[in-house]
Amino acid sequence: MQNLYQSQRAMRNMRKAAMQRGVVAILDIGTSKIACLVLRFDGPDRFRPQDGVGAMAGQSAFRVIGAATTRSRGVRFGEIDAMQETELAIRTAVKAAQKMANLRVDHVIACLSGANPRSYGLEGQVEVEGQTVGDADIGRVLAACDAPDFGAGREVLHAQPVNFALDHRSGLADPRGQIGNMLTTDLHVLTVDQTAIRNMLHCIGRCDLEVAGLASSAYVAGISSLVEDEQELGAACIDMGGGATSLSVFIKKHMIYADTVRMGGDHVTADISMGLQVPMNNAERIKTVHGGVVATGMDDREMIETGGNSGDWERDRRTVSRAELIGIMRPRVEEILEEVRARLDAAGFDHLPSRQIVLTGGGSQIPGLDGLASRILGQQVRMGRPLRVQGLPQAATGPAFSAAVGLALFAAHPQDECWDFDIPAERNGGRSLRRAVKWFKDNW
Amino acid sequence: MQSLSFFRGATRRDPAPSRLDYRMQRMMLTPSFRALLRVGVPMALIAIIVSVWLDRPENRALVMHSYAQAIQNLHNRPEFRVATLDITGASPETTAAVRAVLHLSLPVSSFDLDLTAMRHAVEAIPAVRDATLGIGPGGTLQVAIVPRVPVAIWRGDDGLQLIDAEGELVAPLAARTDRLDLPLIAGDGASDAMAEALQIYAAAGPLGPRIRGLVRMGERRWDVVLDHDQRILLPADGAPRAFERAVAMQQAQGVFDRAIVALDLRNEDRPTIRLSKAAPDAAPEIKASITGTGQ
Repeated sequence: MQNLYQSQRAMRNMRKAAMQRGVVAILDIGTSKIACLVLRFDGPDRFRPQDGVGAMAGQSAFRVIGAATTRSRGVRFGEIDAMQETELAIRTAVKAAQKMANLRVDHVIACLSGANPRSYGLEGQVEVEGQTVGDADIGRVLAACDAPDFGAGREVLHAQPVNFALDHRSGLADPRGQIGNMLTTDLHVLTVDQTAIRNMLHCIGRCDLEVAGLASSAYVAGISSLVEDEQELGAACIDMGGGATSLSVFIKKHMIYADTVRMGGDHVTADISMGLQVPMNNAERIKTVHGGVVATGMDDREMIETGGNSGDWERDRRTVSRAELIGIMRPRVEEILEEVRARLDAAGFDHLPSRQIVLTGGGSQIPGLDGLASRILGQQVRMGRPLRVQGLPQAATGPAFSAAVGLALFAAHPQDECWDFDIPAERNGGRSLRRAVKWFKDNW
Repeated sequence: MQSLSFFRGATRRDPAPSRLDYRMQRMMLTPSFRALLRVGVPMALIAIIVSVWLDRPENRALVMHSYAQAIQNLHNRPEFRVATLDITGASPETTAAVRAVLHLSLPVSSFDLDLTAMRHAVEAIPAVRDATLGIGPGGTLQVAIVPRVPVAIWRGDDGLQLIDAEGELVAPLAARTDRLDLPLIAGDGASDAMAEALQIYAAAGPLGPRIRGLVRMGERRWDVVLDHDQRILLPADGAPRAFERAVAMQQAQGVFDRAIVALDLRNEDRPTIRLSKAAPDAAPEIKASITGTGQ
């Protein structure tokens, strides 16, 4: 954990350096597409008078000056599968975004959707030193959280203090400066597979870019597509991506749970491809143009040319009714949603005061999905689109870009993480210092 | 199915940039590199071309020649031409001397004139006390001269010289009668004590018409020579006061109307009169006059 602490701190410093330079790139490495946004930070007040939006969630601190999307290559289930291919795709996206921005970017903040995220709720308690709570106390209480064994090859991606309690008062956002004796914190830790992160860092490094931050796409999609009161009162954001469907639960503006279902839109496409015996490209096109999950009587009569592309164009003019297509798609979508439901149940989503569910991501654009989702997940379901940020092209405002936009918001206003606070000396460098003193005493 | 078309089959272009292409683009987007390309490369090209061209000696000579030509053309422009010489404030002889010293072959470019050196040369002429040189409108070299004003005539070993108040020689003089208005001085080192000599002359009063001249004795003190070979020997210090005393003696008693050869005032307490040999019988009067002045 010490090593990770250092590396995350290094990333934080990198992010600060990038903010100083004013340019940072956002890289959303997904299963079906790779999006790259180039952000320019001009200070909080630069664009406020003219945009008419006001400081909504503080996103007016930056504007998007370059955006590019490319088809993803070599990524499966949100994890990098073929590194060279992914590197090529990243280069394509970054090059196009740089060209649009007419600016070179060196720092990149990336997110990943797969890598088996696992949430842990930790608790730590310390006596407050002195009268009031200070920064050192917060560092100590965060260090005092007893971490369970995350398992071999797991790495902490997020470690966010979601709640502070001072004596009998709970629900403090910032206890610093308050008077009390016993400081308690709840820490939400998200761990992911180390190899997936390593692969991604290596890939980005091979593109001559410096990683200035990492985030889980479940988290950042929640930031961008949940509105403020949903985040406050409790909501789940379900980001239906190509290879993985990630879900995150928010309450009191903190993520308290995140998970991934390793199924997504690509599986629907694969089902169509297999069911209709057409290539994946055609299946993808049929899905996006004619897809749906609720069949009506009209759909029996609507015939779709599958375009088998089998080389025998004269004879191979197969058609399929839309009802059949829906019959193929619906079970898979239901399966995904039921899996999501299982994860939410396991997380105790039912106990939240508000059980709002927001569907976002490219897969959420299937017509009729909200109706299906409300039957499986609960009554309060809405479709989510990312927050509007300045300078974002129209093509990048759809729900497929909620992770990218959320990453931009995350870059502008990162959540307090465990590594933002100094770990107290007795746990960190104290021992080595004491050893050095002892060495001096022995030798002089 | 495998595509049969030759073009479609073998090479479908990968849209992804190659590593080199990617790096190239990033480099081109680097501001410092772009500045280098925009400024550094053209400058280097120009430097290379110029140095290659200058490598040949005839090209270098061409450059030098055309540079000199351009300078020459500029100097010869009518705006810078000096055609006339205008000397003011000097006598005709001095003017001729100045012309001779300047030795100009007009017209000449003003760039070729070294005014400082010319001023020094003009001021080296004895009759010129101060000179101001300037190039005025219309290509005129204006030389304004403040001449030395002779205040006395110095009789030296090599004839008569006019001398000014500062003791500088102004010009030779052919005959004493040419400048009867100026007093005569003589003796070695007379020019060093011109101020004192002029004070003595100024104090002459009734003795003025009788003064033949002043003689510097031993580069130390003055003798006033009157007509009838009479002399007044003045002390080294306070010569004008002593001379005023002699004038007072003349006014009161007509000392110099008598048969004396010299009045010695070198000792302030004891004026001494040297009688002429031709007047031994005048002694009682002189005695009386001396006792009179002694009271």
